[in-house]
Amino acid sequence: MRLLLALVLSLTFTLSFSQEEAVRPIRGKVPIPDTNPSDTYRMERHDRTIRRAHKWQPPIIPHHIRGYQITKNVNTCMTCHSKKAAPESGATPVGKSHYLDREGKEHPNISTRRYFCLQCHVPQFDAEPLVGNTYTP
Amino acid sequence: MKQWIKRVGPWTIVGLFAAGIIFWGGFNWSFELTNTEPFCISCHEMQENVFKEYQHTVHYTNRSGVRATCPDCHVPKEWGPKIVRKIRASNELWHKFVGSVETPEKFQAKRLALAEHEWARMKANDSQECRNCHKFEYMDFSEQGRRAVRTHSSAFDEGKTCIECHKGIAHQLPPIYQEIGAPRAVAAR
Repeated sequence: MRLLLALVLSLTFTLSFSQEEAVRPIRGKVPIPDTNPSDTYRMERHDRTIRRAHKWQPPIIPHHIRGYQITKNVNTCMTCHSKKAAPESGATPVGKSHYLDREGKEHPNISTRRYFCLQCHVPQFDAEPLVGNTYTP
Repeated sequence: MKQWIKRVGPWTIVGLFAAGIIFWGGFNWSFELTNTEPFCISCHEMQENVFKEYQHTVHYTNRSGVRATCPDCHVPKEWGPKIVRKIRASNELWHKFVGSVETPEKFQAKRLALAEHEWARMKANDSQECRNCHKFEYMDFSEQGRRAVRTHSSAFDEGKTCIECHKGIAHQLPPIYQEIGAPRAVAAR
């Protein structure tokens, strides 16, 4: 009995040890409740637009967006990107899909489910991808 | 010595002159004391609402460490317009007294009206407080982003003033109707 217990204990020990060796997370050995220090990435301000990698990719924002408000009161992206404002501002108007509700019905106004632009569209940073990707559309 | 100087006495004149300096200095000192950020945020209405919002913006913290405080944008620098603004601000004291915006909810409810007052004031004086630092003539378009070059050059030609586009740069915006979802009850357009 004692022998069996010792065997089980040593086995679990080696297993857990080897598992620790195998898993090497990107965050390193920093415990979950702590935060890794970030590299200082710069938001790319303008002049270069990263093209879409595939048809369904939400386009990336090619300008800085500091201080742009998306609140209950206002969505400052829409000051330029709404269908009405786009011809004058020269911005890309929001896509047709943004006028559809979840039933696929088209509305004269932009659907409220598209309100939070940054859920899909992100600004360009000079950061390299942390993980490799072999996806092809 | 002239007759009138003899009559009032030279020391009276010196004394009056000194009193004038002290009076004017004291007035100006206490006047300028009301043109400081600590004075502005000594009211919780300002401290809890607009000041907190402003702390996230570029006029509070930025790469070069230049800061525009409350009076830099909200009080004219020239003496005449400054006095006019200060006299009008007595209305704000009255509303402090009656508690028009004493809670964040009350402030939100009045935000549209308050913002429209300030936009109208800045449009009327050609965004003078912006231009105290941001002079159009001093702008180097080659240093600006392509969006800024495009809009600045055309907007200035049209005679537009800063505040017409740059609303809500230091504070949260009031409700604005933007053709998203259902129409809003009360909103600027």
